[in-house]
Amino acid sequence: MEESFLNTKRAAWEDPGAVPFVVVQNISKSFSSSSPLKDVSFTVYKNELFSLLGHSGCGKTTLLRILAGFEKPSAGRVFIDGIDVTEIPVFKRPVNMMFQSYAIFPHLNVSENIAFGLRQDKLSKSVINDKVRDILRLVNLSGFELRFPDQLSGGQKQRVALARCLVKQPKLLLLDEPLAALDKTLRELTQFELVNIQESIGITFILVTHDQGEAMTMSSRMAVMDEGKIRQIGTPHDIYEFPNSKCVAKFIGKINLFEGVILEHQLDQILIESKEISCICNATHTGAIPIGTRVTYAIRPEKIMISTLRPAYPRNWVKGVIKEIAYVGNISTYYVQISSGKVMIATLPNLLRLDDRNFQWEDEVYLFWRSENSIVLTT
Amino acid sequence: MKKADVLALVLKTIKSSMLYKSLKNKKFFLALLPFVWLVLFCAIPFSMVFRMSFTSAVFGIPPYSEIFQWSSDNIIKIAFNIQNYLVVIKDSYYIESFINSVILSIITVFACSTLGLIMAYGIFCVSAHLRPTLLLLISLSFWTSFLIRVYSWINMLSAHGIVNNFLIKIGLIDEPIKFIGNYYIVCIGFIFCYLPLMILPIYASLEKIDKSCVESAWNLGCGIYKTFWTLIIPMSISGLKTGCLLVGTASLAEFVIPELLGGPDSLTFGRVLWTEFFTNLDWPMTCSLSVSMIVVFSAFFLLCKEEKIRQ
Repeated sequence: MEESFLNTKRAAWEDPGAVPFVVVQNISKSFSSSSPLKDVSFTVYKNELFSLLGHSGCGKTTLLRILAGFEKPSAGRVFIDGIDVTEIPVFKRPVNMMFQSYAIFPHLNVSENIAFGLRQDKLSKSVINDKVRDILRLVNLSGFELRFPDQLSGGQKQRVALARCLVKQPKLLLLDEPLAALDKTLRELTQFELVNIQESIGITFILVTHDQGEAMTMSSRMAVMDEGKIRQIGTPHDIYEFPNSKCVAKFIGKINLFEGVILEHQLDQILIESKEISCICNATHTGAIPIGTRVTYAIRPEKIMISTLRPAYPRNWVKGVIKEIAYVGNISTYYVQISSGKVMIATLPNLLRLDDRNFQWEDEVYLFWRSENSIVLTT
Repeated sequence: MKKADVLALVLKTIKSSMLYKSLKNKKFFLALLPFVWLVLFCAIPFSMVFRMSFTSAVFGIPPYSEIFQWSSDNIIKIAFNIQNYLVVIKDSYYIESFINSVILSIITVFACSTLGLIMAYGIFCVSAHLRPTLLLLISLSFWTSFLIRVYSWINMLSAHGIVNNFLIKIGLIDEPIKFIGNYYIVCIGFIFCYLPLMILPIYASLEKIDKSCVESAWNLGCGIYKTFWTLIIPMSISGLKTGCLLVGTASLAEFVIPELLGGPDSLTFGRVLWTEFFTNLDWPMTCSLSVSMIVVFSAFFLLCKEEKIRQ
């Protein structure tokens, strides 16, 4: 399903005629204690896997709990499939939530746990049994029907929790840090498994996570949250390559930031002067920013190239000394101190073995980058 | 086999034996403490009671006869008196008081478990910083003397007590109502006094419940009241069992409440024991009553256990 909107020319969020499935409208939540929300709005389209990404305490879980109906917003409305659900109590919403702790009922076995939600709908026993069997097959837990939760591993519990939500066929499934309790290898495996399941059954997922790798791997679009506000919404690619603010740029991945001033507009380029970089930098035009505006010039570490030779062109390079090399196997991160004293980060793939590398500690090198790979941030 | 081999085998057997392992683990010494305690304060006193239950009452100190009597002509006389037990079985007075006690205890357990569940759940539901205060208030009643707590009911409900005075003053009644001295007030006294014993274990097991389990149940379409039945009660069953056991055993042998609040109709086993021991000075009878009670309840619990194993 997701493929379909990846392959078609326009994704749902780019199509002005598309009808949003979940609409969150100006939600505010004032807490006396923590995680307040300030005027949060976003829309999610059908069959999307939408992530809310942010540090702990940024209000992402509060937002999820408002969507589920555990908490009432102090202002704003929530629409699901065109229906205003703001006043609908939690047990009547077409929404299911998978908890971080999985919240599996310890006194019920796997199939009773999964059937719990169906029993509330007063379905007949044979229908319930069929549905439980099918969903267990989907999450690869056939044969575990009679196990009790304390006899399951973390990954199995996670799948029981998922199955318990999916079997209700909700319009919207909310996942609160679904993979946080799993170990690293299992987490990576499960990421794909979750996406595959989501694609095969076509339920809209909203996922909360603090793990940017997880959000980027899994989601069709994501929202970066900070201090109860949404900072940016977009596809993982958009957010990584075109962050709209310093806060988003710093939150997603590593980035080199320089304070500078707009110097000149050229045809499709902006020239920026920064005291921290010795030469004048340019970036691809990103809109009309008046000359003299203080901006932040940003470059991702993997977009930076390293050479011992001085680049031939006058812009977008800087000279420095390698202070530190962090070797992680597939890539190495170089910490280069430039003349202004600032340390820049550059990552290079380890095409060569450690001993055959061109640069070592304390080598003088030139860092350079392409103008279309740099970002100009005004906020 | 060589001598050394045999020795090695013996050593190996010793080392693999449970006793050796537990001795080495020092778990043995840990287990020793409750064992010694039980022997000193449970097995020995009970065997004394058991022995005394087969003697007969006499005037003197102590007021019972010995089972083994030495006579001057080197004959040991064994006087094994089973009369007491026959009386216990035959006399409807004892059986009636026993049944009375059991009924009263069942009523108490039932009422306390209902009230206790609701109250424990109430405490569980309030915000976290209020809970310790509420728990403290509940255990506060334990800090005053049991006797005073029961007596305060008399102070409130007697003919010239606070309630009657108030009702007369506002003109609702002319004559004081007789609250004290009947079966109902005994029931109320039992429930009032033993409710904390029910609330605390239930709350302890409720506290272990992951709160997101409750939310998850709501989320799966289970209403608030239904969640209480299908989730809260099953998940707090261990605390409920402990509470029932505590309240049940404590209320079975209760003496003070029926004595102070009850009338002649609230004849309980505890009162009978008191009368036999202190008024009639019939120690053997008291002992055989106690032994009968222990036998009946042990049989009951064994049956329950058997049933559980069969399931």
